[in-house]
Amino acid sequence: MTFAFQMAGGQVTLDRRPVLRGIDLAVAEGEVLAVLGPNGSGKSTLVRALLGLVPLSAGSTLIHGVPPARFRDWHRIGYVPQRLAVGGGVPATVREIVLGGRIARQRRFRRTSAADKAAVADALEAVGLTERAGDPIHTLSGGQQQRVLIARALAGEPDTFVMDEPTAGVDAASQQALADTLTTLVAKGRTVVLVMHECGPLEPLITRSIVLRSGMIVHDGPPPEAVGVHARPGHDHVHPHGPGERVPRWLP
Amino acid sequence: MIELFAFDFMRRALIAAVLVGLAAPAVGTFIVQRRLSLLGDGIGHVALTGVALGFLTGTAPVLTAVVVSVLGAIAIELVRARGRTSGDVALALLFYGGIAGGVLLIGLAPGGSNSTLTSYLFGSISSVTTLDLWVISIMAVAVLAVVVLFGRELFVLCQDEEVAKASGLPVRFLSLLIAVTAALTVVVAMRVVGLLLVSALMVVPVATSQQLTRGFRATMLLAMALGVAATVGGLTSAFYADVAPGAAIVLIALAGFGAALGVGRFVRRSRTQESAT
Repeated sequence: MTFAFQMAGGQVTLDRRPVLRGIDLAVAEGEVLAVLGPNGSGKSTLVRALLGLVPLSAGSTLIHGVPPARFRDWHRIGYVPQRLAVGGGVPATVREIVLGGRIARQRRFRRTSAADKAAVADALEAVGLTERAGDPIHTLSGGQQQRVLIARALAGEPDTFVMDEPTAGVDAASQQALADTLTTLVAKGRTVVLVMHECGPLEPLITRSIVLRSGMIVHDGPPPEAVGVHARPGHDHVHPHGPGERVPRWLP
Repeated sequence: MIELFAFDFMRRALIAAVLVGLAAPAVGTFIVQRRLSLLGDGIGHVALTGVALGFLTGTAPVLTAVVVSVLGAIAIELVRARGRTSGDVALALLFYGGIAGGVLLIGLAPGGSNSTLTSYLFGSISSVTTLDLWVISIMAVAVLAVVVLFGRELFVLCQDEEVAKASGLPVRFLSLLIAVTAALTVVVAMRVVGLLLVSALMVVPVATSQQLTRGFRATMLLAMALGVAATVGGLTSAFYADVAPGAAIVLIALAGFGAALGVGRFVRRSRTQESAT
């Protein structure tokens, strides 16, 4: 089995305060992993640490088998941050933002290609925002902005997605657009790591979930309160629920 | 208008004005988006030490200003990247250090006094020499080249640093590149508007432009057009009305901002009605 992410003994310390402790987590390719837990439990920090955006104070982590500092295939990664960064308020159109998702596939000195434009058009289509392409992004609703960020990740045509609370504060239409998009990704066998408060309408798509509490993984297995998911072929409930008994899945 | 071109110094001044009008807002667009509007001011203060160092060592002040302000810009960027909360304090320390260093060094320079620094603090575009013009031209071209070659990456960086990192962009290099480019811009604009007003040319045209535009690229292009309009307009009116060119340039840019605020409100309102119907 090949892994999209492998963290062993991962620890993150911010301002001398441990935010993550003893994280052993391997995400297999093709898995759809939900990262659940209360506010402040370290969900965002965990996924950012998986990408090497937050340095580990102990332990190690690999992206597709390579430490983040030496990882080069960033075009395989589609990161969706929690929210649109506001910045200094220079306007940007939806199309410009989504085109930014192509950056890992573009070469310097080369102009934006037809393939870039096609990928942007497809990504906007997928999240249902084709009509808003020319609008300044700050005129969109929160849910629509979230969809733009997802479109940006889609535009890069990655095989590994990391989405930080894509469903937070999102209207019903955007929820549906997100669920549809995820369904397509799962059908294509993409790896998806999703930070969420609760599984909600996305639950049927999720193959595995972990629950964080105070920076530690306290549950690793099928989504909690899952209905009908256990019956899925290939779904094995490996781990007992409880912090003490947890065994990393990839250890022999 | 013809008599404007009759003088050598005015021809040089006009070329410098156009270059500065183009370069400053181009870099400024990225700087504003990165919430570093005061970066230009910080570098401007540090550049004053560079100018004084030039007088002290008998080198061309433009050249020493380039070196010192580039070093200052790198220092500011390193502090910004490291510290989370103390960034603005560190910036402030650099402001004061730059000014104090400049005043101290100019006092040590033979025959130098604070009045020597005045033309750098407030600009004196009409005294631009041929050497100045060469330095200004080369650096302005370098600044515009950076914007053209790295614009796409800088846009992603300025939108969201973590996304840039997760896209594999060399974030540290690009951040330094912005800081160094800003430093070059400050020195380019130093002779035209003066170190104390440099930042205005990097920020005000962008602030004006973003009232009227919808996209990033459009904002930058309009800001560059506005920048040239302000520098050339300010220089021309200074020539005829016999006022300080640097101040005239900045006040024209600010007047443009005031006008754009009103127009922008009107444009947005009509757009909302348009999309509502």
